[in-house]
Amino acid sequence: MLKPAQVVASIKKALPDAEVTVEDLSGGGDHFQVNVISTSFMGLSLIKQHQLVYGALQKELASEAIHALALNTSIPN
Amino acid sequence: MDSDTRSKIESLINSNPIMVFMKGTKLMPQCGFSNNVVQILNALGISFETFDVLSDMDIREGIKEFSNWPTIPQVYLKGEFLGGSDILIEMYNSGELKEKLEIALAS
Repeated sequence: MLKPAQVVASIKKALPDAEVTVEDLSGGGDHFQVNVISTSFMGLSLIKQHQLVYGALQKELASEAIHALALNTSIPN
Repeated sequence: MDSDTRSKIESLINSNPIMVFMKGTKLMPQCGFSNNVVQILNALGISFETFDVLSDMDIREGIKEFSNWPTIPQVYLKGEFLGGSDILIEMYNSGELKEKLEIALAS
């Protein structure tokens, strides 16, 4: 089981400027709601933005440590 | 992914204007994210085909590699990967999805 802080750390490793909030939806450490705000998303389609975050969490997703991920990405105002 | 799996995926997305790879079926989604996609497409009143990845392990893993996208559901419009549940919700809320589907299905 993962802690939200571990998810935040993995994302920040790939996107250092990102503002990340992670909520454990089920309390079981495998269903997360993730919000990421980063300048890296500028000029990218929504799919590409999500792929950046998925890329950062590749290990966790492939091993199914993360079972479900609701993702919201945006660019800072 | 072996070539059989790849050609099966290509055949599914090329022969159906809107193709959804999901967990469960249209009538009985087996996951909340898959259910979201079904509800959205139903709300727009368009017809779509679904494939239950729980019935086929090769497709379940192959589709992730095919689109370089690690999660299911996955929605394809005219053979092109459109996104998963979160992207569909966002596109639906902004009105972009309706517009995009209407244009694609009219052409």
